[in-house]
This record gives sequence, C-alpha cells and structure tokens, in this order.
Amino acid sequence: MVYDNPDGVRIGLEVHVQLNKLNTKLFCGCSTEYHDDEPNTHVCPVCLGLPGSLPVINEKAVEFAMKIGLALNCEIVGQTQFHRKNYYYPDLPKGFQTTQYDYPIASRGKVVIEGEDGERVIGVTRAHMEEDPGKLQHIGSIEKSKGTFINYNRSGMTLIEIVSDPDMRSPKEARRYLDKLRSILDYLDVFNGDLEGAMRVDANVSVFGGDRVEVKNISSFKGAERALLYEIMRQKNHIRRGGKIVLETRHFDEARGVTISMRTKEEEHDYRYFPEPDLVPMRVADKVPDILKTLPELPDAKRERFNIQYGIADMHARALTIQIKVANFYEEVAAEVDPKDAAVWVADILKGELNYRDTDVDAFKVSDIIEIISLVKQEKITEQSGVQIIRTILDEGGKPQDIVVSQGLLKVEDDIVAKAVEEAITESPEAVTDYLAGKEKSLNFIVGKVMQKTKGRADAREAREKVLARINK
Amino acid sequence: MTAWTDISGIKQRIAASSAEEVTASYLETIEKSRINGFTTVWDKALEVARGIDKDGNSGLLAGVPIAIKENISTTGLSTTCSSKILQGYVPPYDAHVIEKLKAAGAVILGKTNMDEFAMGTSTESSCYGPTLNPWDTGRVPGGSSGGSAAVVAAGEVPLSLGSDTGGSVRCPAAFCGVVGLKPTYGAVSRYGLISYANSLEQIGPMATTVTDIAILMDVIGGYDHRDSTSINRKNTYSDALKDDVKSLKIGVPEEYLGEGIDEAVEKAVWDAIGKYEDMGASWKKVSMPHTKYALASYYIIAMSEASSNLARFDGTRYGLRVEGDNWHIMASKTRAQGFGEEVKRRILLGTYALSAGYHDKYYLKALKVRTLVKQDFDRALSDVDVLMAPTMPTPAFKIGEKIDDPLSLYLTDVNTVPINLAGVPSISVPCGFADGMPVGLQIIGKPFDENTILRAAYSFEQNTDHHTKRPAEVA
Repeated sequence: MVYDNPDGVRIGLEVHVQLNKLNTKLFCGCSTEYHDDEPNTHVCPVCLGLPGSLPVINEKAVEFAMKIGLALNCEIVGQTQFHRKNYYYPDLPKGFQTTQYDYPIASRGKVVIEGEDGERVIGVTRAHMEEDPGKLQHIGSIEKSKGTFINYNRSGMTLIEIVSDPDMRSPKEARRYLDKLRSILDYLDVFNGDLEGAMRVDANVSVFGGDRVEVKNISSFKGAERALLYEIMRQKNHIRRGGKIVLETRHFDEARGVTISMRTKEEEHDYRYFPEPDLVPMRVADKVPDILKTLPELPDAKRERFNIQYGIADMHARALTIQIKVANFYEEVAAEVDPKDAAVWVADILKGELNYRDTDVDAFKVSDIIEIISLVKQEKITEQSGVQIIRTILDEGGKPQDIVVSQGLLKVEDDIVAKAVEEAITESPEAVTDYLAGKEKSLNFIVGKVMQKTKGRADAREAREKVLARINK
Repeated sequence: MTAWTDISGIKQRIAASSAEEVTASYLETIEKSRINGFTTVWDKALEVARGIDKDGNSGLLAGVPIAIKENISTTGLSTTCSSKILQGYVPPYDAHVIEKLKAAGAVILGKTNMDEFAMGTSTESSCYGPTLNPWDTGRVPGGSSGGSAAVVAAGEVPLSLGSDTGGSVRCPAAFCGVVGLKPTYGAVSRYGLISYANSLEQIGPMATTVTDIAILMDVIGGYDHRDSTSINRKNTYSDALKDDVKSLKIGVPEEYLGEGIDEAVEKAVWDAIGKYEDMGASWKKVSMPHTKYALASYYIIAMSEASSNLARFDGTRYGLRVEGDNWHIMASKTRAQGFGEEVKRRILLGTYALSAGYHDKYYLKALKVRTLVKQDFDRALSDVDVLMAPTMPTPAFKIGEKIDDPLSLYLTDVNTVPINLAGVPSISVPCGFADGMPVGLQIIGKPFDENTILRAAYSFEQNTDHHTKRPAEVA
C-alpha cells in the first residue's frame, strides 16, 4: 500500500533540545541544575550579559552536539563558528543570541521513521548549537499582567536546534519523527526529556505545494500533532474558499487547539547575523573518530540485533528498543528466561500496565518479572495470575512470592479441578444436553462453574478441555 | 610633590615614608586638578595603601598608585564608559587586569574620563564633560583614553590603563606627551573591558617611561581562560629594556607620512629616525598600499560590532532606566536619552552596515580589506624589525574645533587604525614638540614581538630627553 498524500502535505520540524545533562552552561561555569531553585540563583556576569563579560565555549557541549550530529548520520563541520543573531527582547540579556549560522556543527543527516506506508527516511538539514534565553514570568495572565519577572537561570543553557527537511507527509509522520528523535537523544544520554522545556518544537507546514507557514509555541509532541492537524485543515479550507496561503508565522493556542497569525514575511526580523568576535573557532573535525567510538548502539541497530539475537517479532523488537531503559531491562530478563516469553511479558504486558499508570520501567524490578515469568512457565500460576501480580506490585508493592501466597494464586492441583468438573457437569444436566445438541455456548456455562468452584485458580483453557473430555467420554 | 615620578621613584618614597603617605599626596594633587581627568576617586584607595603598609606586599607594584579608564570593570567602583546610560552601574566583578593589579599591590586611585564608549579621539563626548590637555587647557588630550593620558601627564598618578580600539591609547599618549602601548591582540585579557569593537581592541598601559610600561605589562599581560581570544604565551616584557638598536632595521611606511601631516610633526618624526640612525639602526622606506582603505574598513567593522555590543543597554537590568508603557517603549526611551550623539551615530551606521542587502557590500567587504591591510603588515615586517611613523598627523587640536565635524575627527585616526586591523603591537613615545604641543613617535612591531618595540623605545628614551619634558603647570 502506497500513501499518496492527497493534500500534498509537507512538514518540516525545528526541534530545540536543551542539553540539561551537561554540568555547566554553554559559555560560562554556571550549574545547569536550576529547575528546582529560586529564580536568578544560577547566574554570573557571562550569562547575565553584564558589560565586559566574555563567553568561553563549553567543550563538553561541543562534544554532546557532535554526538547528536553523528547519531543523526550528519556530516560534522571542520571547525566551530558562532554568530550573533541580533534582536531585542527582555529575556535576552546581551541583545543578541549567540548561535550558529552558515557553519552549523552538523548537517545533512537522516532519521528513519515508520511512515504512513512503511519505513521512511527523513532528512536532517542541520543541527546547530545556541544559547537558551532567560524566561519571562508574567504576574497573572499575559493580557492582564501588571508586571513581568525575568528569570535568567535558563539563560545560557545549551540548546541544539535540529532542523529537518520538509519530508513528513502527515501529522502522524511528524509525531513519529519526534518520537524517534527523542528515542535517539535518550540513547545518547545527553538530556533529560522529562524536565520542563527540554524539547521545544516549531513546525513548518504547506499543502498542495503552496507557501509554508511556521507554527510556533508547540509545547508537546501531542501538541505538535494537534497543531499540524488544525493548520493543515485551516490551509485546505482557506484554499477551498479561494484564499491563498502566504509565508507567515503563526502561534499555536494550546487551550483552543488553533493557530493564530503572529506576523507575515514583511514583518520578519532582520537579525543582522555576523561572526561572534569573542569566540575563536575550535577545530573539531579531528575529534570525530573518537566521538564515533563513544556512540552507543542506537535504536535501529538495537532493534535489528534483537530480531536476530532473540528471534522475537519485529513488533516486539521495535517496542522494546524505543526507550533505552526498556531495552536494557528486556535484555536482563531475556538472559534468564526464554527471550520470546520475555518479549511478550515486557513489551505487551508490563509496558501496557506501566503506560496505564503513566510510569516507566524504573518502577519495576527485573528480578520480579523474571520470577513471574518463571512461575507461569513452571505452570505454578496462570498467566492471568501473573498479570495480577504485576498490577499488585505496581499498585501496592510487595514480592511476587508473597503475593502468590496472600492472594492464593498457586494453580490448583489436578484432582481439585477434576472434582470441580465432575460437580459442574452433575449440577448442569440441561447445559450438557444443550451442548450435545449443538449449542456450543452451553459449554461456557459449565466451564464458568468450574472456574467458580476453583475460585479462578484453574487455567480456563485446561478446564475447558477437561469438561469436553468428560462430556465426550 | 608628586609629579612625574616613575615606579622606582615611588618605591623609594614608599620605603622612606609609607604607601599611605604616597597615596595621600597623589589624592591631594587630584583634589586640586583643573583638567577633569578623573571621573571618580576611589574612597578605598587610602585603606588599600594602609593594608599594603601593614601586611607588606612583594608585588611589582606594591603601593604604586594607578588610574583606570572608565570602561574597565572594577568591583564596587562605578564603571560607566562615560555614558549616561550606565549611570549607577557598579560592576559586581573585577576585570582580569584589575585582579592582576590588585595582586601586584597596585593602589587604584580612581577611574578616568573617556569618550563615551571609547568612540572618539578627543574625550569631548564624555557625559562628564571634556578632559583638558595639561600642556594647554584649551586643547583636547586626545582620546578616547584622554583621562588616562592627561592624569599621567599632569602628575596626578604615575600609571594608568587605557584601551585602544583604533588608537585610543596611542593618540592621547601622543597628545599628552606620555608613553602608551597597544599590545598585540590577545596579549592582554579583555575580560571585564566593556566592549566597543571586540575584534580590534586591547587594554594598554600608559606611563611616563618605557620601563614603567614594561613593568605594567609584566603585571597585566598573559593568558586568561575567560577570554577566548587571549593567547597562552609567556613573555617577560621587562627583559626587553636594553639600550641597543645596533642591528635594528626600521621601515618607514610612506603612506603614513602623506597628505595632511603637520610639518612640525613630520620633522619631529624624521629627527627621531635620524637619532636612531645615529644610534646604529638602519632605516628604509616601505610601502603599505592598502593603508588608504584602512580607515573605511576600520569604521565599518568597529561600528558594526558596536551596534551589537551596545544592544544590551536597554534599561532592564542596570544603569539608566526611563520608564515607558511597555518594555519596548522603556528600552527605546532609555536608549534615546542614555546614549550621546556620536554613540547613536555609530549604532545607526553599524546597524545599517550589517543589514540584509548591505551586509556583503559593507561589512563583508570591510573584512576583506582588513585581510589586505594585515598582509601589508606581514609583508613590510618580513623585511624590517619595526615600523616607525607619526602616531597622530597633527598635535592636539583645540577643544570644540572638530567635535561638530565627525568626519574630520575620524580622519585623525588614519595612522593608528591600521595597527588594530592587523592586530600588531604599537607603542607611542614622546619625540619632540610641534606648536608647543607634544608629538608622538609610533613604533610598530610584529605580532607578539612587544619586546623589540619596547627595546627600540627604551633605547630612544635613554638617548634623548623628550620624555623628561613636562607641562608648565606641573611642578
């Protein structure tokens, strides 16, 4: 099945990633761990832009940026070059942002996603380094605010802006791209995506080969999908009514789920880019081989290895490798039990329960899932009981062995099942007659009785077989 | 009696009395000053001097007073670039050079007047009013470090720091008859120097003797990890102080003695070159063909960088704030009232030069010219050891004479700006008089070869008496 993109949708994304796992900011020694602290406590003359202060490049930040570039299959620039992007805003203490312009640290890469019709390669135009501005905090709502506070704790944090080619054809593909990006960044251990503002998205979208519209202020991946769905619909309706789409920047209003025009091309800033005289170029090309060596196995490679090494379904391999910690968790489990069983239990059952509770794999012990799988394998408990133990651990805590005892989950002995089957058949002569007359459903009634008598500890399939065997005797 | 004493003289006086007494005598002289060289006198100077008397300090400048230009950050001491927009700004940190001076035991007496944001050649554009030339109070002291030069010339302090973006140390040194050095770009950390044009400027020492310049460089020079453009290269500047120019090869760029050079200035410079010949050096004319484009290139680059550097002064965080209905109005009003005429002119021109559609025509072209100018220096200095030329084409002009004609003011920088474009070191030393005013001889060297120009300047000083001349008013 080929996706023919009926509306000619083209989407390109600009993703700002805050490298909050660096210890210090991009151009000064201030700590990056400000998220729980009082405003303006992680600042110095440099990130406050005090007169006379000068930036010094954080070499670790360059290393992180190179890692990201290489993981996105990019070419790395020979030497770093920073530019000044000049504009006025109160959160920008120097009156310009130090960023990269015509020599980004990385360019011309690609990311593979699961597209509308199978695997799809999304081009990465460039990935460049820049500093984060401070943050404005309005007193009350932005419209009625009596004043604004500026918190410069964020000022000077390292951002990597990853710009894609306009290769995505639907909001779903955009979402997949974002998920994949997040997955790769997680693997690289360069940022904590759970912290506020760790990933920010701007989207460029056009339909039917028309001019593109940039949508800003998207704060989540789900928001990106919604904003794009709305914007595509808006553009289509506008064209249908005889309108023309013009180059413009729009703002996504998350609460109302709509985009609102901010400025057209004529109102675009002239940023007057020029090379930052206070930073000298840093030669990085020679470092590429060493950084390549430090790159971990990335999601696509891991997924392939899981397919081959563990012989598991591609669907499972994919699910298990999205998050690095789930992949690691799985491998520990697969080392102890049948990898195929492990894949089902981790990818289907455990992940489902974790998602339902909005938590992640850190909330569960490898040893517990191994024990549960083993109990099921040894037929000491039923699959149903295994799921019940997982739920109990997640909701109340406890150890599998204790839960088996306290909830009486040990699979009952055969003779108890046999006795229950005998009783159920004796007590349900009509159902037996009906079944023998061809009413298949009547069997369920008898099996239900068996389960009732064994308080659910019998394996339902086994009970069914035993009832059948007894009736057909 | 404080006038014209060098570091060794001051050390003798401290040994005979105390650092406190020496500081007090300088403060007394400053109190009586009529030249408006100081903007602020530091109220902690005496305390620092007492501390040195009490605790002792073996530093190169223990107890020696020094004055600092208004654009070099000093903790707890107002640093305004002589601009209204920075009124009330007191830095919470010391510039690298200030840390070095304090560690060496120097006693900072205060801050000195300058052209607003170092944009000028006369110290007339300061919000504190003009500084007067001690040789003739009707004339300018040069600029932009006019305060730093004038207070040394007037004997109000033996040493000072200035900054040189296009001649701002050498010009006032020449006009006031003192010694001033513009070090190689990267030789002195700029950390804490409020930027005017980052790619061009250096902090530079000013003093009455070449020896003091070398000692001051030993204190403030060297690598600083906080300035990415500072170079890690060890050098002892005072090792250069030898009276020996026997094999020195001097180049005299003909373009620096062209149109517009005052006759008496030219004569003083040729006399100086003759003196070098007498001392055993040789000289020849050299050609630096791109000199005529240097001034235009310099002003485009400097103004472009300035337009960006000065964007941070918006009334939000420090300095002047003029309230408005919203942030943009507040920032606009603050900048409208806070910046002077010349600063506004340069911000506007710099913004224009960087704008889309003009960027390549002006800024990019200026950078290309800069490369050509630098190549002129490489070529000329591959053949000779130093270049010599007048620092300024004329002696100090009258106050008010050029301030309303910015172009004529810009033109006076013709011999100093190429040096900043090339990033090479250059020193201005007194070499005589024209129209009763001091004339400066500029000695230009190879990158990081300060020691050769210091040796040349020192030898000249040892064999002449220009540097011993002092203004009539100074006792």
